[in-house]
Amino acid sequence: MSWTRICAYDALAPERGVCALVDGVQVAVFRTYDGDLHALDNLDPFSGAYVLSRGIVGTRKGEPTVASPLHKQVFSLVTGRCLDEEGVSVPVHAVRVRDGLVEVNVRRPAGFFEELRAVAAAG
Amino acid sequence: MRIVVVGYGPAAHRFVETLAGKGFDGRVTVIGEEPRPAYDRVHLTSYLSGTSADELTYAVPGGIVTRLATRVTAVDREARHVVTADGGAEPYDVLVLATGSAPFVPPVPGAEHAFVYRTIEDLDAIRAAAKDAVEGVVVGGGLLGLEAADALRALGLKAHIVEMSPWLMPRQVDEGGGSVLKGHIESLGLGVHAGSGVQEVVTGPDGRVAGLRKPDGTLLEAQVVVFSAGIRPRDELARACGLDVGERGGIVVDSAMRTSDPSVYAVGECALAGGMVYGLVGPCNTMAEVAADRIMGGTAAFEGADMSTKLKLLGVEVAQFGAMDGALDVTYMDPVGGVYKKLFISDDARTLLGGICVGDASPYTALRPFVGKELPAAPSDLLFSGAGATLDLPDEAQVCSCNNVCAGDIRTAIADQGVTDVPGIKGCTRAGTTCGSCVPMLKQLLEKSGVEVSKALCEHFAYSRAELFDIVRVRGITTFSELIAEHGQGRGCDICKPAVASILASLHNGHVLDGERAALQDTNDAFLANIQKNGTYSVVPRIPGGEITPEKLIVIGEVARDFGLYTKITGGQRIDLFGARIEQLPEIWRRLVEAGFESGHAYGKALRTVKSCVGSTWCRYGVQDSVGMAIALELRYRGLRSPHKLKSAVSGCARECAEARSKDFGIIATEQGWNLYVGGNGGFKPRHADLLAKDLSTEELIRTIDRFLMFYIRTADRLQRTAAWLESLDGGLDYLREVIMEDSLGICADLDAQMEHHVATYADEWRATLDDPEKLGRFVSFVNAPGVPDPSIVFASERGQIKPVMAR
Ligand SMILES: Cc1cc2nc3c(=O)[nH]c(=O)nc-3n(C[C@H](O)[C@H](O)[C@H](O)COP(=O)(O)OP(=O)(O)OC[C@H]3O[C@@H](n4cnc5c(N)ncnc54)[C@H](O)[C@@H]3O)c2cc1C
Ligand code: SF4
Ligand code: FES
Repeated sequence: MSWTRICAYDALAPERGVCALVDGVQVAVFRTYDGDLHALDNLDPFSGAYVLSRGIVGTRKGEPTVASPLHKQVFSLVTGRCLDEEGVSVPVHAVRVRDGLVEVNVRRPAGFFEELRAVAAAG
Repeated sequence: MRIVVVGYGPAAHRFVETLAGKGFDGRVTVIGEEPRPAYDRVHLTSYLSGTSADELTYAVPGGIVTRLATRVTAVDREARHVVTADGGAEPYDVLVLATGSAPFVPPVPGAEHAFVYRTIEDLDAIRAAAKDAVEGVVVGGGLLGLEAADALRALGLKAHIVEMSPWLMPRQVDEGGGSVLKGHIESLGLGVHAGSGVQEVVTGPDGRVAGLRKPDGTLLEAQVVVFSAGIRPRDELARACGLDVGERGGIVVDSAMRTSDPSVYAVGECALAGGMVYGLVGPCNTMAEVAADRIMGGTAAFEGADMSTKLKLLGVEVAQFGAMDGALDVTYMDPVGGVYKKLFISDDARTLLGGICVGDASPYTALRPFVGKELPAAPSDLLFSGAGATLDLPDEAQVCSCNNVCAGDIRTAIADQGVTDVPGIKGCTRAGTTCGSCVPMLKQLLEKSGVEVSKALCEHFAYSRAELFDIVRVRGITTFSELIAEHGQGRGCDICKPAVASILASLHNGHVLDGERAALQDTNDAFLANIQKNGTYSVVPRIPGGEITPEKLIVIGEVARDFGLYTKITGGQRIDLFGARIEQLPEIWRRLVEAGFESGHAYGKALRTVKSCVGSTWCRYGVQDSVGMAIALELRYRGLRSPHKLKSAVSGCARECAEARSKDFGIIATEQGWNLYVGGNGGFKPRHADLLAKDLSTEELIRTIDRFLMFYIRTADRLQRTAAWLESLDGGLDYLREVIMEDSLGICADLDAQMEHHVATYADEWRATLDDPEKLGRFVSFVNAPGVPDPSIVFASERGQIKPVMAR
């Protein structure tokens, strides 16, 4: 997998997330207050909805976090681990800034949505 | 030395066991009328549920001679021997009478057809009779009667209990306890007939029992009748041989358990010790031990016994300790929860005299040791074991209905896992993780369990919401960053950020998505719509007072149709349009705004709707224009950010068709004006609103609501509805009246000004967003593919509309 440009760094507001579609994977990208970037899967493992980019960004004991907007479980932006329920985590993706542009490197193969749609269509 | 024991029940058993234990080397003969050695009568009922007679029977101590199934018919004190029914004689040096007691059977016609409940044979007979029976009656509503009734029930009969006293278990509980107990027993399907005697046991033409006639002539149909109306000491042998017996029965003994003949002892239920017959196994055992000790030269004495009882009957805990009356008493009664607790106290309110418990015997364990002593704490605290009501929630009471978590589970988490805060409880039990409405109860449980609940909002602020409100107001703070830098730590979370956003909105208004404030909002406020389970949003146009023109109704229909939205009428007299993707929201708003709609706050902690009935304009009963008032109120308070959502309603007359009393503030029209009710809500913990003020003019009404809302917004906790807030106010409704109607704190001018500011600066959030390209830019599913809809959002169809399909 390679790096994909998603938007200008300036398009990211501090402590808010955006979602990017990269090779069929929904990636939630967050800019923290001090300007760092983090990228997680957008899929909230608790609800099954693609919503993490719309959660509230904050910190827990200094660690940057996002809370699912549906049921408020908190995830570490650094590790993807859920800090409210042991054993649950979301994939972390690589993110960097090049020439003022945000780039994401997705760590999961595409094809997931084809599968999802097949399931949905069948159901 | 030759010892003969007459009767082989629990007391006799304890006696021979004690002798054997003390190394008695004489000859001991026990003569018992039952076909087996002594058995555990206390657990007799378990015989019906499968415990065998052998399992109940005690082992005979080594060296003891037993003569079973043998009745003693006489005592010859001169010859010093007892005579048995088979004509034999058994000589003794010391005689011990342990003949126990027999059930009292009232001398009514047909009583010979009834059963008693005392021995294994009795139970065999009852079990056989129950085979062809449908209904059974137990005469006697005491401890044993209830146990017998439960046994009948377990044998598959519909059981009734007839009790002479006006309530059940009169020896253990008072009238209040009796009525709570009755509730428990009836809920198990047993019939309770208290305050009723017995006329006769009725038999049918075939000679079989047909029922029980009560003195009032009514017939309780039953094929099995059991008498359990008290016990009578079996003192007939003693009486016949000239030993002293009590007036109402019982063999008179001294504290050494000796009868009026020094070589004859009596122990157990047949003995009258200190003027009392003891019908509990504990004292009987003590008597047996005393007698054995004396016979072997000891000096033990029986000084009476504590008749406190604690038992679980039919699954209900019942306990009684100490005295059953006193100069003062304190009662806790919860007929709904089936709990009754009462303490008796001396007239100086210092000494605990006794207590009664039904449904929760915890005070028995904790307080029995204090009988006759100074009270360890205020009586009410002792009964409530804390200050408020939650500690009295039975463990099995459900606290979180979303996740089926009971009070007991939460207490276990607190006790065993060392949980000290709400997030901890959430982690351990899942309580509070779904709709969150049970969180205040979780907090209370924590408080009651002695864990000090910090008032800190979260790890980022050591202040409560009300304190933060004051800090923001007094210091004139306008941004979250400023506030957290000076008064907090870290960068906030999903708890403090929306709370601070709400405070800033209350104090300064301005658009919720302006600058940094956008990052503080919950997703609903951030996208000005209501998020649904699949990540889509619903849009609820404001329809003040529920009044809408046909043209507007058509626009809503057209918008729903054009965007393929699921449509549903809400409980707040609006129309909810579901299934909009983020990028569709601005388009939907544009259509609505063009038609004269504005954003309805179905999202956010803000005023939702003011419902109304049709009122005096159309309704023949109406006394005021409820629709007009509802519209005026909704327009006045729209957009008002608050600690929790706010709902309201206006009814045009006392018939209350708008259900105003289930709202945070509800208005009911009167001939003279308006009545204002506050602090109601539906939902998880329904509460009727309390009448705050009567017959207000329109102007007075609005001023009072202004102040009520602003005072609530200033002082309530995060996510505290007005109902809980009102209950938490020291001084309650009266205090609230003083503050907002008499201005006791001198803040009314301030509250009024704040509301004026809100009203003057309100702006439609949708329209403002549509007019701002920067804000609009955020309404895309994908930042790198603005035109692409989120492929994960999939719908199926149901009843002609869409419904979300989740991938799993
Ligand atoms: C169903 C049931 C439940 C109970 N539950 C409880 C409870 O929860 N808690 C509690 O404290 N107490 C309870 N009791 C009471 C307890 O069982 C009695 O207090 C205890 O049995 C008294 O023992 P005892 O040896 O004095 O008398 P008994 O148990 O009556 O034994 C006396 C024995 O002497 C025999 N006998 C009498 N006369 C003669 C004679 N002339 N010749 C030969 N034998 C004779 C009798 O047949 C009997 O076997 C319960 C009783 C019943 C029936
Ligand atoms: S509350 Fe009174 S005025 Fe309103 S609809 Fe009912 S009856 Fe009519
Ligand atoms: S989360 Fe506990 S009742 Fe809904």
